[in-house]
Amino acid sequence: MNTFQGTENYIASKDLQLAVNAAIALEKPLLIKGEPGTGKTMLAEELAEALGTELIQWHIKSTTRAQQGLYEYDAVSRLRDSQLGNEDVKDIGNYIVKGKLWQGFIADERPVLLIDEIDKADIEFPNDLLLELDKMEFYVYETQEKIVAKQRPIVIITSNNEKELPDAFLRRCFFHYIKFPDKAEMQSIVDVHFDNIKQTLLDEALALFFNLRELPGIKKKPSTSELIDWLKLLVAEDISPEVLRESNQTKVIPPLHGALLKNEQDVHLFEKLAFMNRGGR
Amino acid sequence: MLIDFFFKLREYRVPCTVRELLDLISAMKERVIFCSVDDFYVISRVILVKDESHFDKFDRAFADYFKGVVSIDLDLSNIPKDWLEKRFQKQLSAEEKAQIKKLGGLEELMKTLQERLKEQKKRHEGGNKWIGTGGTSPFGAYGEHPGGMRIGQDGNRNFSAAKVWDKREFKNLDANVELGTRNIKVALRKLRQFARTGSAEELDLDNTIKATAKNAGYLDVKMRPERHNSIKVLMFFDVGGSMDDYIKVCEELFSAVHTEFKHLEYFYFHNCMYEHVWHDNSRRYQETLDVWDIIHRFSKDYKIIFVGDATMGPYEIAYPGGSVEHWNEEPGSVWMQRLTDHFEHCIWLNPQPVQYWNYYQSIGLMKQLMAQRMYPMTIEGLSDGIKELL
Repeated sequence: MNTFQGTENYIASKDLQLAVNAAIALEKPLLIKGEPGTGKTMLAEELAEALGTELIQWHIKSTTRAQQGLYEYDAVSRLRDSQLGNEDVKDIGNYIVKGKLWQGFIADERPVLLIDEIDKADIEFPNDLLLELDKMEFYVYETQEKIVAKQRPIVIITSNNEKELPDAFLRRCFFHYIKFPDKAEMQSIVDVHFDNIKQTLLDEALALFFNLRELPGIKKKPSTSELIDWLKLLVAEDISPEVLRESNQTKVIPPLHGALLKNEQDVHLFEKLAFMNRGGR
Repeated sequence: MLIDFFFKLREYRVPCTVRELLDLISAMKERVIFCSVDDFYVISRVILVKDESHFDKFDRAFADYFKGVVSIDLDLSNIPKDWLEKRFQKQLSAEEKAQIKKLGGLEELMKTLQERLKEQKKRHEGGNKWIGTGGTSPFGAYGEHPGGMRIGQDGNRNFSAAKVWDKREFKNLDANVELGTRNIKVALRKLRQFARTGSAEELDLDNTIKATAKNAGYLDVKMRPERHNSIKVLMFFDVGGSMDDYIKVCEELFSAVHTEFKHLEYFYFHNCMYEHVWHDNSRRYQETLDVWDIIHRFSKDYKIIFVGDATMGPYEIAYPGGSVEHWNEEPGSVWMQRLTDHFEHCIWLNPQPVQYWNYYQSIGLMKQLMAQRMYPMTIEGLSDGIKELL
């Protein structure tokens, strides 16, 4: 299997490439953490794209149970069919609904399986998946059938740290923390998203963006995806670099700030600072 | 070699196990990386460390283990003075600052450093005067001089060779240090008691089967409510006076608690509980609530969390009229007693660092009133407190 070096649309740092390639080579699940908006979910999409294989996405919610990833037995349909005298009822297999993990196990080519936001689920959820991720097999009790993976899927797991994951689970994964990109990396990330952005505008925007992140006391730091959205707006509205420079120097609130600051307390804080700045002049 | 490395990590309390060591060895075998310490650093971290809060420990262990293996080149020709000073201030601990005094204070040290920088143009290793690595001069990296300064153990673009594990970028993610909203939330998640209340939305399979059997085989679907966290919390925050220093942590705790629990009521008090508390801090003199009302209104299965530094004159707890703000008929201790008697599960979170607790008589007094259920306001303290609440 070829190695991952990022794609046209996705800049992967050297560390991340190493982590992903190690996970591919050693067939271990890779746990990805990092600030929201640093491209955790996108990694799986782009990885599947780069390897030219299928992406199976399993989005976790607070009510998701591990069993749902394997299979579900639709008892209610079967009961209903039995009352109607449907012929299908005789074969229980007709009422077993395959979960995402099962789909991953039986794919023809080694797929990428994304388990997205695993921390949203109940605290016991990861423990229930230990054996399945380790041995890549499980047992269907209804049909007395053992499902073994044709090949081990490349498993990417993302977490936003809302819950601690159990140790036993962590031991079975590799772990990578996506750092917030520095200015140079950010430049290359923006470059892949915009072909024709004016260099001066970009410089000013990045300077403003990083200054904003450094602001002490800010509650939600804007992240990469917010920067990209903001740039899109700036381009669409045709804001000139001078306006941005002005805003950065005088600390007035930047144009179209709604894309960057998502918390009214932060906007308020910024306005206060701007006011103090003007007052000091 | 890897085994020594493994034990070095364990020594620095990075929680890694044999299984992960085996994984790392097989990664070496598979030639995922080859002949590069930097790559080895990344790959060993990917495999051995499972939480960013351990990154800092890992970095330190790695630097310790590899200090004999890699020597670093320093290009010291153009360090701006301001940068150095700032860096130093940031890095120094209280002990280190005391050590600097040995050399005549930071000013003196900076001056000497500047002079040496002028004299020295070449890279240096060992020895006891020049700036370089492994020596006993006060300047340079990995040195042994007690009052020495580390150069190049922190990241900067000018230092092309400064190693990534020396940057210690993840320092502030260490769980023992930081108490951010997110960490608090994680800790609060442990405070859960599930119960099925509310509208019936989930299929109750067992009951459906039973009911259907009773119904002579005709389907009778039964539903039941989903599970919810049924924990109920009352919080009392100490405000004003000595608590002003802790406003930030309290704010964080409050915002975390606020989003975490459905059944949450909070009240404010000053220094110690008396007959009144208030709900809105800006209207504290107009709208007060009777503590008796609270005791009557909330059932005893509410979990009580007091947040306060308990730092005051002991008479404020023990004597009638001890309050600094008003004349209280009954001492604060009586009111504390009433609350702890009524509510089964109470804890006191104290933002004051544990090592100072012994110096304040009032803290000891309050701890006694709380039957020792006083915990420091750190993640660990919070976790311990929550265990007590459950």
